[in-house]
Amino acid sequence: MIFLILESFRSALHSIRANALRSFLTSLGIIIGVASIITVVSLVQGLQASIDQQFESLGSNSLIIQPDFNQQEYEGRDVYLSEDDLLAIRKRVVGLDSVTPQVFLSAAQGLTYRGNRSSVDVRGVEPDLFVLDDTFADRGRELIAADLIGRSRVMVIGDKVRRDLKLPNDPVGEFVQFGLDWFKIVGLLEIKGNFLGQDLDNVAYIPFTTANSITPTHANPFMIFLAKADPDELDWVRQQIRQVLRKEHKIQPGKPDDFKIESSEQIQQSIAQVTGIITVVFGGIVGISLLVGGIGIMNIMLVSVTERTREIGICKALGATRADIMLQFLIEAVVLCLLGGLIGLAAGFGLGKVIANMIPNFTPAVVPLWAVFLALGFSTGVGVLFGLLPAAKAARLDPIESLRYE
Amino acid sequence: MSLIELKNVGRVYHMGGETLHALRDINLGIEQNEYVAFIGASGSGKSTLMNILGCLDSPSSGEYWLDGSRVSGMSGKELARVRNREIGFIFQSFNLLPRVSALKNVMQPLIYAKVGLRERTRRAQAMLEQVGLGERMHHQPNELSGGQRQRVAIARALVTQPSILLADEPTGNLDSKTSLDIMTLFKRLHEEGQTIIMVTHETDIAAYCERQIQLHDGHVATDSREAPA
Repeated sequence: MIFLILESFRSALHSIRANALRSFLTSLGIIIGVASIITVVSLVQGLQASIDQQFESLGSNSLIIQPDFNQQEYEGRDVYLSEDDLLAIRKRVVGLDSVTPQVFLSAAQGLTYRGNRSSVDVRGVEPDLFVLDDTFADRGRELIAADLIGRSRVMVIGDKVRRDLKLPNDPVGEFVQFGLDWFKIVGLLEIKGNFLGQDLDNVAYIPFTTANSITPTHANPFMIFLAKADPDELDWVRQQIRQVLRKEHKIQPGKPDDFKIESSEQIQQSIAQVTGIITVVFGGIVGISLLVGGIGIMNIMLVSVTERTREIGICKALGATRADIMLQFLIEAVVLCLLGGLIGLAAGFGLGKVIANMIPNFTPAVVPLWAVFLALGFSTGVGVLFGLLPAAKAARLDPIESLRYE
Repeated sequence: MSLIELKNVGRVYHMGGETLHALRDINLGIEQNEYVAFIGASGSGKSTLMNILGCLDSPSSGEYWLDGSRVSGMSGKELARVRNREIGFIFQSFNLLPRVSALKNVMQPLIYAKVGLRERTRRAQAMLEQVGLGERMHHQPNELSGGQRQRVAIARALVTQPSILLADEPTGNLDSKTSLDIMTLFKRLHEEGQTIIMVTHETDIAAYCERQIQLHDGHVATDSREAPA
């Protein structure tokens, strides 16, 4: 059997080489199919890898607590997190490393500097945030405890805001206007680039206390908390925060929470789920194109069988059994698909690399081994599936009739 | 027992309600190392008989014994094996595999005999040298003359050392000079002990054979042994 397969392989390669152009065109469907699946997989996997990398810097031990606006309509009242909530968490939750608020402020005119405007949300934060976010000043300094105590009118900005406002390269010491208030720039943050389509440099931070002082008393601006705890105690801490907030918000037992507590791990997982779905959906589409490619191969193989009727007759006269002929054509189809798969693999790999290079801040494309085996396995499968009919047709030919075929 | 034994062999074709008796009641024995020609007009049944002798076709009735085994009633796979081991075919139109070198053509039947690549190459080369084509074994059929093609076909037929060489109008597509060369080669093979059965409608070609069997309307008309011309 191995002998036969080997011989069929030899004759298949010979026959494919003899009709090089036709063989190439025949397997073009497979080539394109495999190339596109490898391109998509390599890009999605590259995206996934870059997301994972970014989350790594965020740490798997942080929690994001934010109001759940889905509950707002349901409850018929405003849903928000308040400073009291923060104080209650700080006072009553055990095992918390740190918790820091982030309040989002916006003004009608936005942030302005000499007539230039930026629509960035100004965030009121505590100095802890810079440690939590792994963000440090490139020029000047970050916010410090003294700013918090003094409710200072100081601001730390990202590079995008500097560019939008046409501030000098070193903006420290310049004054910008936000609403009715003037803020002195004390720091420019290091450039972080894009993450999931969000410009991480489009930020402006002021002290949390200052933010409270410039907000009208009854306004409840959008506020979230960022918390950090030991990874082993994260679930326990999360439970405690939930209990504290439910009590603070006077939520009756049995009613749903009006806030969400998400860990970065959870977010990471849901993103992984999305990229997984993208891979599967594209895989399905490409699977269809591979089937179409397979039908193309079947077509050409059927023509080829007719064309080679006489050859088949000769081989039968020379002692080829049906199985020999069947195997020869089947392996020819498989080799055709497999070669197409290999070319497609190389093309997809190259294409993925080119596209990945064209996207700024994108990690190099990664082609996982499973995708390689899946693509090659699938093209082999297509070859067997669509090679069967032509091969059976060839094997069934009557030797006498075939020898007479012109 | 003879090398070939045909007992009451008949072959019937059914064509759209009509029954055609291509062969009726053939009884024949052919011995080892005989040199036989089947002659007859077209439609006399000689091609049908050739196909049956070559195990490409099975008789509708009667028995065909080849080298002590009953061929009629064998399965397709067994017939393929008999064609491979016992029979060497030579055709009027050569029937070489196109786009494949002479050497590979001669190696082809050895693939079905499951002979390894090295041994296959050695035997095919030796056989091509025997028929005088040692120089041209890497040429493709379309680069060879008719006589050379037929020599390749003869080498291919003999490479499996078959018990019978079946030649169907072997000189039909050749000029008289080349025909003479091929018939000389056949004569030499016969002298070396090869059993040869030939189908032809040319009496001067048939005259090279020791025994001529004339077919007419599907049965044996005459069966004569003559000294070769």
